[in-house]
Amino acid sequence: MSELLELGVADTATKIASGEVSAAECFAAWREAAAGDELNAYLWSAEDGASEEPAHGPLGGVPIAVKDIFCTEGVPTTAGSRILEGYRPPYSATAVKRLDAAGARLLGKANMDEFAMGSSNENSAYGPVLNPWDRTRVPGGSSGGSAAAVAGGLAPCAIGTDTGGSIRQPAALCGIVGLKPTYGAVSRYGMIAFASSLDQCGPLTRDVADAALLLAWLEGRDPLDSTSVGIEGGIVPPHREDLRGLRFGVPAELAGDAVDAGVREVFEATLARIEQLGGELAEVTLPNAEHGISAYYVIAPAEASSNLARYDGVRYGMRSEAGGDLIEMYETTRAEGFGAEVKRRIMLGTYALSSGYYEAYYGQAQRVRTLITEDYVGAFSEVDFVVTPTAPSVAFKLGEKTQDPLAMYLGDLFTVPASLAGIPAISIPAGLAEPPGGGPRLPVGFQIAAPAFAEQRLLDAAHALERAIGFDARPGGEDG
Amino acid sequence: MLDGGASRGEPDRLPRITPVIDRAQVLHVAKLARLRLSEEEVGRMAGELSGILEHVDRIGKLDLEGVEPTSHVVELENVLRADEPWESLPREVALASAPEPSDGAFRVPSPQADA
Repeated sequence: MSELLELGVADTATKIASGEVSAAECFAAWREAAAGDELNAYLWSAEDGASEEPAHGPLGGVPIAVKDIFCTEGVPTTAGSRILEGYRPPYSATAVKRLDAAGARLLGKANMDEFAMGSSNENSAYGPVLNPWDRTRVPGGSSGGSAAAVAGGLAPCAIGTDTGGSIRQPAALCGIVGLKPTYGAVSRYGMIAFASSLDQCGPLTRDVADAALLLAWLEGRDPLDSTSVGIEGGIVPPHREDLRGLRFGVPAELAGDAVDAGVREVFEATLARIEQLGGELAEVTLPNAEHGISAYYVIAPAEASSNLARYDGVRYGMRSEAGGDLIEMYETTRAEGFGAEVKRRIMLGTYALSSGYYEAYYGQAQRVRTLITEDYVGAFSEVDFVVTPTAPSVAFKLGEKTQDPLAMYLGDLFTVPASLAGIPAISIPAGLAEPPGGGPRLPVGFQIAAPAFAEQRLLDAAHALERAIGFDARPGGEDG
Repeated sequence: MLDGGASRGEPDRLPRITPVIDRAQVLHVAKLARLRLSEEEVGRMAGELSGILEHVDRIGKLDLEGVEPTSHVVELENVLRADEPWESLPREVALASAPEPSDGAFRVPSPQADA
């Protein structure tokens, strides 16, 4: 039975389809694994076995962990917030429905930073998620529960959301694959909104082929999300084995960046690997990417302050018992329901949008966004991909950055620019590095960004590189 | 790409170009955001927001005249559909998650509790 837990998405579906194992058996095995969650990766997990109805569809019977930001009909959905405690949505997100239609089965709802605001999962109202490689460290965020579940053997695959790196960074810190598709590739309907012009749903998986398989079913135009356009031509399994004829751009600005020595070493070894596979390296320049963090931490909080206005104790979620008039009820409900980081971002966003500051902050940030997008357009006129480390460090210690919000934000420097430009980017595990303070070696992610809607080329290249890297370390392995 | 976090945490002795957000501003913004903050939160928020805004203000100094703002990355045209009735949630389902449903509506405290 336990060898079932070793299989990826495609192999599991094949085994079930061939009748070698039943969908119910498979689900029971994973349910047992999920029930043994010691990482706080799940906020809810399926209690009883999957229905006995025969598996259908290309993902027939494959269990999946779903970030708790996706509405799931009748199943608790909190977005990691106290303010939605006990909420059971009356409908499911399109992404969830699409996976369901392809035959996948909901295994659990994954823990996350409250409303996806965070890079460490320490902002969940339901406690932090632990990194399966080292339980004294963070799994990254905000899709930390999704990443830890896949890396920790508690789910064969997961979906998450990425606004400024929330799929890629936890995937990197947990040693798995995470893909943020192009903005508009996947419907946002039923995905609790954080920053609507940036939020995008994507897969967190053990390998690139699994990510492609999930994306193939996630992507598509949805009449319920007018910004969804899908990926023309769809997605097929990646097949490339070399990188001949492909050019990889390394930002010149990277040289001056504060990247941990261990991460830089793995990054450079991966660049060498690209050349061994016939790929060509070239220097590109993204002169405005250095302003990415500043622009992002204006735009995202500004959009969030508006999106989160809906949590007012009237239509769903909790209401304060403090009493008082209507305005007091709003204020006390939000005071009791939101955590510190969410309050900070609502304040930041409200300030940036307030009279007298709008142009200086929001208007200026939107112009920087244009420049960053143009930087990428320039780079992609010379190269096929832009590559960087996914994060400047390996997983950091729980509590290490909680007292310094700005330090936490600065860690997003490599993931935020692609988010602002709306382009797809993937993080694949590239090796292990010792953390700065010493200790067991931890995973390092390699990020590849591609032009808008070039997911297929991106997945093909990532697949070839992944094969050559041959990353097969596991949490608790020879290093743990 | 990294700005090195040069301003991180260190009190800077240069005159500040933008006003650092103070207590009164924190209270004003909290009111706009419908957030009740404790005394302790007001103090902490003033410090944290000032630190973040000082960093963010680097973009405030850029000369971006003539650069078009981006509000959305996907070229969007109006997406229209036929104006036909669409199934919606039954009233009782829409009300099921409300803290205080009442007579088929959302009940809220009076806008003037004391009146």
